[in-house]
Amino acid sequence: MKNNMMALLAGIVFGLGLSLSQMTNPNKVLGFLDVTGNWDASLAFVMIGALLVTFFGFKTILKREAPINEPNFHLANKQQLDKSLLLGSAIFGIGWGLSGYCPGPAVAALGLFSGEALVMVISIYAGFWANKVFMDKFSK
Amino acid sequence: MENFTPFSAFFGGTLIGVSILLLLLFNGRMAGISGIMNGLLTSGNTGRSWRGLFLVGLILGGLLFEMLIPDFYLPRQNYPILLVALGGFLVGFGTRLGSGCTSGHGICGMAQLSKRSIVATLTFMFFGGLTVYGTLHLLGVGQ
Repeated sequence: MKNNMMALLAGIVFGLGLSLSQMTNPNKVLGFLDVTGNWDASLAFVMIGALLVTFFGFKTILKREAPINEPNFHLANKQQLDKSLLLGSAIFGIGWGLSGYCPGPAVAALGLFSGEALVMVISIYAGFWANKVFMDKFSK
Repeated sequence: MENFTPFSAFFGGTLIGVSILLLLLFNGRMAGISGIMNGLLTSGNTGRSWRGLFLVGLILGGLLFEMLIPDFYLPRQNYPILLVALGGFLVGFGTRLGSGCTSGHGICGMAQLSKRSIVATLTFMFFGGLTVYGTLHLLGVGQ
């Protein structure tokens, strides 16, 4: 219960941050990715702001034995680079550049009643599904 | 750079950072959005409820912001919806294969100086830039 309320609150703060920074504005995103054209560097400052807070915050939080509402931290454990990481990130980058949305802003933009965002979210889930079919067939 | 908005971008970024810290400090979870979206369908009941509420929160955050500051920016018009659909599909497929997106690799992983996340972030930024070069300058989409 406490977990759920905190997840809701964290989601709201995240959505406010995406909106204020205009990550939810696909024109802004494409302007940021348009390095060779009329480049708008604004969104680099989103990353700077978020990284400043998390870099120091993580150091403090991860010194704890456990989080407040849970017995354990759930952290990524892979360390090695592999082909999937590179290929997947390249495919994601192409999709981001075509659409102007990454996953968080696509969801937050649903709150702006954006038709584009709805198409985006449905297509992301189609991509998840296709990946699962692909992995079931070709991995192992 | 007539649309340069470094301050709102920076403060928006710090809010995103605060959200990530809240979810880690209280729930022990990393706020990687593509992982949360995927987990909504693939995890059990308890895993589903916090993920669902986080995503509802994201939508409410967007809605609340629009109520507080209406028309903060102009919505995009006349962009080919097929490109959005194709882009979304690739975003879904790619973030699963690459284990993360802008939030998971670009912020959570980079803040821990994870080699995987730094390489992933450079890769999707590069391919994002390359794609926009192709659509905007070679094909003239969205002009």
